[in-house]
Amino acid sequence: MSLASAICDRDVGELPGKRDEDWRWTDLRGLIRALPEPSKPAEVATAGPFDGLGAEVRVVVNGGKAQPVVVAPGQSAVVALRFVSRGSGSHAAAAEVSVGADARLQLLESYESDGGSVSQASLTLTLAQGAVVERIVLAQDSADAVSVSQAEVTLSTTASFQQTILASGARRQRLETRVLHPGGGAEVRLDGVYLLADKRHSDQTTVVTHAGTDGVTAQLTKGVVRDHARGVFQGRIVVEEGADRTDARMGHHALILSDRAEVDAKPELEIYADDVACAHGNTVGALDEDALFYARQRGIPEAEARALLTEAFIGEVVDRIGHDGAREVVRAWVADRLRA
Amino acid sequence: MLKVTDLHAAVDGKEILKGLSLDVPAGEVHAIMGPNGAGKSTLSYVLTGREGYEVTAGSASLDGEDLLALAPDERAARGVFLSFQYPLEIPGVPALTFIRTALNAQRRARGEDEIAAPAFLKLAREKAAALRIDFDMLKRSLNVGFSGGEKKRMEILQMAILSPRFLILDETDSGLDIDALRIVSDGVNALRAPERGMLVITHYQRLLDYIKPDRVHVLAGGRIVASGGPELARELEASGYERYEAAA
Repeated sequence: MSLASAICDRDVGELPGKRDEDWRWTDLRGLIRALPEPSKPAEVATAGPFDGLGAEVRVVVNGGKAQPVVVAPGQSAVVALRFVSRGSGSHAAAAEVSVGADARLQLLESYESDGGSVSQASLTLTLAQGAVVERIVLAQDSADAVSVSQAEVTLSTTASFQQTILASGARRQRLETRVLHPGGGAEVRLDGVYLLADKRHSDQTTVVTHAGTDGVTAQLTKGVVRDHARGVFQGRIVVEEGADRTDARMGHHALILSDRAEVDAKPELEIYADDVACAHGNTVGALDEDALFYARQRGIPEAEARALLTEAFIGEVVDRIGHDGAREVVRAWVADRLRA
Repeated sequence: MLKVTDLHAAVDGKEILKGLSLDVPAGEVHAIMGPNGAGKSTLSYVLTGREGYEVTAGSASLDGEDLLALAPDERAARGVFLSFQYPLEIPGVPALTFIRTALNAQRRARGEDEIAAPAFLKLAREKAAALRIDFDMLKRSLNVGFSGGEKKRMEILQMAILSPRFLILDETDSGLDIDALRIVSDGVNALRAPERGMLVITHYQRLLDYIKPDRVHVLAGGRIVASGGPELARELEASGYERYEAAA
């Protein structure tokens, strides 16, 4: 039951929908009555958002398998992985990423659609011991697209996986990350930002399963929604029996800037171990009027004050991005959207 | 300079200011003293245009210009500065960024050129040193994790950099120990100038030992019920507000 299998089998009956607990806020079955024709091969002439940062570039246009990303033990690499959708067909894409012992990878991933396409990208990422991966995902889909990305991340002990997802929504957009966390000194950071306007929808879903002792997970997602937009955050952290001394922290904070915008959040901690430090915080609200008045009293006009405070709110997540070039690309991307 | 005439203002439909009149000429420092609940903070918010403070009658003008018709940021650009009793924390905005944004917004509003980054940094360094503020602190989010005294010093720093024409100090002494009080007062006194007016709002006389007022007004029951020279502050310290509250 997935969008990828529905596309492959051309069967809307396989679409996930309301009855699947995980998909109740991103109901594809209710939305898609008939799948569009399979996408035709296309060329891509446009630049990717991470061009010019010296990364090795892989582009997947209208589905298919990306050339695998393999980083040999002890090596380091910066790879831009572009999932491009041209037109309004349906297609599925896939990529495999494997990072050897003590190797480093900075993966700059993007979703770029320009029409009413229905697409799914499936990724598997495997990290050997001591591997360090930073994955930055910029999902800038078309307002008419249905775009789903599902990543399965498997870590070895002492590996480090750091992720930041930035999404501006689509007709339906879902970015899902599932992490198998072995503990043993492995560290995971899962961050996200969603900035949604008009009728756009974006869903960030994460599941982290702590299977061993001494694992660390830190998660921070922030969203800003306006107009009729809808943001969805589902974060689940599972601490399995025996995964003692797990340290897991999850935060989700959203600003709703209009009466008709909506945020649905479901933070979940499932803990089956005894000796753990787990916490989650979730807030949804408006911009702090007191801070707004303070800024205006200092002479900053209202629109600029709102933009300043909203950028600062999102900035906390952006600041955590490690790749300098990508962080500045992201900062500009955020500013463009908030000052629009 | 500042002229307030028969000002009435309400919060949540409840009248707090009930016909307040006040004249602060350029070059003078006036103190407003009064018991809790007299309307001291309401006065500062009404003059700066905070939402939720509804003016029901009366007027307030700065050099003849109607303040009440202007948005809060327009009043700031005209030179009205409020040092907050409880300065806000602005997570994610470094103090320097905040102050530079404010200064440039004010300059734009007045039709002046924006200040270039090097000139701004030089100005900020100089003013921070005078207030004994560690410059590195200005790179941190404004007021986040600062002590009460540090926040007040940050208010005075903003005041010194923005160089407003009319200053309102709302309970600036609260939360300050004696050393911080001296530093803050020195900072305020350095801004005394013939073209500048100040309104010092305080519950206690202590602050007025450091910032010497030209006039002292007693605010009780939403009106000025007594005015006098600096000796009035000492008299209040000795006898309390009781007799004025009864009068109000």
